[in-house]
Amino acid sequence: MKILVPVKRVVDPGIKVRVRSDGSGVDLDNVKMSINPFDEIAVEEAVRLKEAGVASEVVAVSCGDRLCQETLRAALALGADRAVLAEVDGDPQPLAVAKLLKAVVDKESASLVICGKQAIDDDAGQVGQMLAALLGWPQATFASKVAIADGSARVTREVDGGVETVEIRLPALITTDLRLNEPRYATLPNIMKAKKKPLEVVTSDDLGVDVSPRLTVLKVAEPAQRKAGIRVADVAQLLDRLKNEAKVI
Amino acid sequence: MAILVIAEHDHATLKASTLNTVAAALELGGDVHVLVAGHDCTAVAAASARLSGVKKVLLAQAPHHEAQLAENLAALVVPLAPGYTHILAPATSVGKSTLPRIAALLDVAQISEIVGIESSDTFVRPTYAGNVLVTIRSIDPVKVITVRTTAFDAADTSGAAEIHEIPAGSDAGLSKLIKRELSKSERPELGAAKVVVSGGRGLGSSENYHRLLDPLADQLGAALGASRAAVDAGYAPNDYQVGQTGKIVAPQLYVAVGVSGAIQHLAGMKDSKIIVAINKDPEAPIFQVADYGLVADLFDAVPALTEALRSNT
Repeated sequence: MKILVPVKRVVDPGIKVRVRSDGSGVDLDNVKMSINPFDEIAVEEAVRLKEAGVASEVVAVSCGDRLCQETLRAALALGADRAVLAEVDGDPQPLAVAKLLKAVVDKESASLVICGKQAIDDDAGQVGQMLAALLGWPQATFASKVAIADGSARVTREVDGGVETVEIRLPALITTDLRLNEPRYATLPNIMKAKKKPLEVVTSDDLGVDVSPRLTVLKVAEPAQRKAGIRVADVAQLLDRLKNEAKVI
Repeated sequence: MAILVIAEHDHATLKASTLNTVAAALELGGDVHVLVAGHDCTAVAAASARLSGVKKVLLAQAPHHEAQLAENLAALVVPLAPGYTHILAPATSVGKSTLPRIAALLDVAQISEIVGIESSDTFVRPTYAGNVLVTIRSIDPVKVITVRTTAFDAADTSGAAEIHEIPAGSDAGLSKLIKRELSKSERPELGAAKVVVSGGRGLGSSENYHRLLDPLADQLGAALGASRAAVDAGYAPNDYQVGQTGKIVAPQLYVAVGVSGAIQHLAGMKDSKIIVAINKDPEAPIFQVADYGLVADLFDAVPALTEALRSNT
């Protein structure tokens, strides 16, 4: 079984981004970039399935400009076998990414896709479900546990009121939640090895996909900042403020 | 122009998130219809029909809608789409799982977690853990949108819409619900609660979390929440998590106990009306957003607060 894992290059989660003063976008100059944390969890899960003998090959895929090769190398260092970059200019929107990924899934005849539940830059959380729809596959979003047996995946999902378990027949798509696993650290030897693993570059034309955007960004702004309030000395003061000033109790 | 709102419910009751989503739909202008898809859920249809401004309720009932799986729900909604300019659902686990699927099948973009409506094709949504607000315009013929419910008031309930039964479609048979383990709680729903008491890693254990926070939440009639660190450490179940990747809340009062205030946590609660932080570390980032900060050992302060509230009432 071949597993395909989409990975996205995003601003490092430890960084608080700033909006450019002209409101044209987010200032990404000289900002540290990383693999999207949820995608890292997806790579880890796929690699574990390979280590358990369930999967035969793990292919990492990224959609974006050539800098995404770094992200793919990070996935390879975690244990993916090879990588595909669907190279497009700029930052393709989720629907375009899903279409590019569908073309790669078809080409690779993958039978399982594991992807992050959301990217921490646009916080859209769409690509996995869109890809499953385009493929006509079942989906299990927000996975906290995955077990594969007899051509099916049994997936525990983190949902609003608790957890639920669904069974989906392969081929299928899973999106990862935070607690699915703890990704390993890439060791130096594995980082070196990753440099030699195959990385194929294809274009949206090669894949026959129209990546034109459907959404236009009109404005980018920072939300109103919340001001720090006051320090209270003790519980009695706190209670007094809540009652008589804020009037919330 | 007609707008379809997909109702969030548990077959017996309509969830509060639907009321906020209907309010967002009314802001768009046009006829608002509510789709109730489920099994034995006529009570939900009746509750939906009472929402002010709703013109029509579509009721699709079948055993295969019981589990509210995205595959079957999307298959039901897609054929209805040509009659609508907008399809809205609250940004709940069902909404977030299903709407991208619907959008892809319609070959349109999906717009996630809107917090503002500028016009029928222009919306505001948060990105980067709520640190950047983006205004976007959609050129698609139908806009498929999830709504961040804390950004919209709830619709009131003085309406009387008609209820139409519609064909429920067939079971796609792609996925099957095996079991559902929902946290049992007498407390208000976290996403819609007026008061939230939230615990962080400072509590030190699951036992402390409940020993200290349960009585405080009881006194305040509050829902319980937690930081990611507390959930990861096993102090509280996953559905308590407040933050960028958990629940987004905006209660009248948010009490953060032993929560340091990582940006991912702030993303989930910084729109609360009043924020109280109790933490022994005076440098904790949570104090930068708190209206009232109490630098104290939570093991003393929380029982004292609970006791003071008890004797106050």
